[in-house]
Amino acid sequence: MIQALAFYLFASVVIASAVMVIMARNPVHSVLWLILAFFNAAGLMVLVGAEFIAMLLVIVYVGAVAVLFLFVVMMLDIDFAAMRAGFIRNFPLGILIAAILLAELMLAVGAYGAGGIELGQTDGSAATPVGASNIEAIGALLYGRYILLFEIAGIILLVAMIGAIVLTHREPKPGARGRQDIGKQIARRPEEATVMKQPTVGEGVEL
Amino acid sequence: MNEIIGIEHYLVVGAILFVLGVLGIFLNRKNVIVILMAVELILLAVNINFVAFSAFMQDLVGQVFAMLVLTVAAGEAAIGLAILVIYFRGRGTIAVDDVNRMRG
Repeated sequence: MIQALAFYLFASVVIASAVMVIMARNPVHSVLWLILAFFNAAGLMVLVGAEFIAMLLVIVYVGAVAVLFLFVVMMLDIDFAAMRAGFIRNFPLGILIAAILLAELMLAVGAYGAGGIELGQTDGSAATPVGASNIEAIGALLYGRYILLFEIAGIILLVAMIGAIVLTHREPKPGARGRQDIGKQIARRPEEATVMKQPTVGEGVEL
Repeated sequence: MNEIIGIEHYLVVGAILFVLGVLGIFLNRKNVIVILMAVELILLAVNINFVAFSAFMQDLVGQVFAMLVLTVAAGEAAIGLAILVIYFRGRGTIAVDDVNRMRG
């Protein structure tokens, strides 16, 4: 009974907060609702025993992606009221398309539940071994059979990181104070940078 | 009473989340930030489906793949927001109605 209760709690909060994400007037509120949605989706995943993905969801999404969104929303100075101008106009079309998509997906779920489609049986090679925890089993898979996938994920993150830096990096204006010219710096030699002077007492130095 | 919550329950939640994401893209056509958040919702729905199938079919590959989806979602958010920031710098607005100005 408790699992049904937990499932319906998590599921209803996920859906309600997803509605609030797309309906909220203020994008800051949208981000906060998004965080709530992710937390409850993580709860849904813990419920079926996928603890690792659930923790990943909390750490990566709530800890990184949502904070990134929050930063950008607060950094950009935007008139959000004007942004909602087309909201009412797009509403009927949006609802229509959403209804069609939902009907299609429900048809698919219903058909799957009817059991008419033969699913390939898994060979059990990727099942959780008896006595192993979820994270242990995933680790064995990830660092074993799927090591290439893991490395590709790393490359994707590297490319995304470099891409974000390259896109937002701004060259300082030429001639701006504090601008560093590395070539000039390296080419500098002691002979041309320093002079020896023997000033007589009581007179200044002309440089 | 043991099998109250089946995989269909999870699939329905995933389907509803997915449709809400698509609806969000339609409703907030001017606001790229909310569009990006709607895309995150869609990816979350996909992940729920992956994890549900993985758990109910006792095959961990689904969870490994969900991790890859998570990676791509994080990269997509970073790049998307970076593009948004430079777009805002150039135009002072993020209205996507006239993005076609960006054509090379």
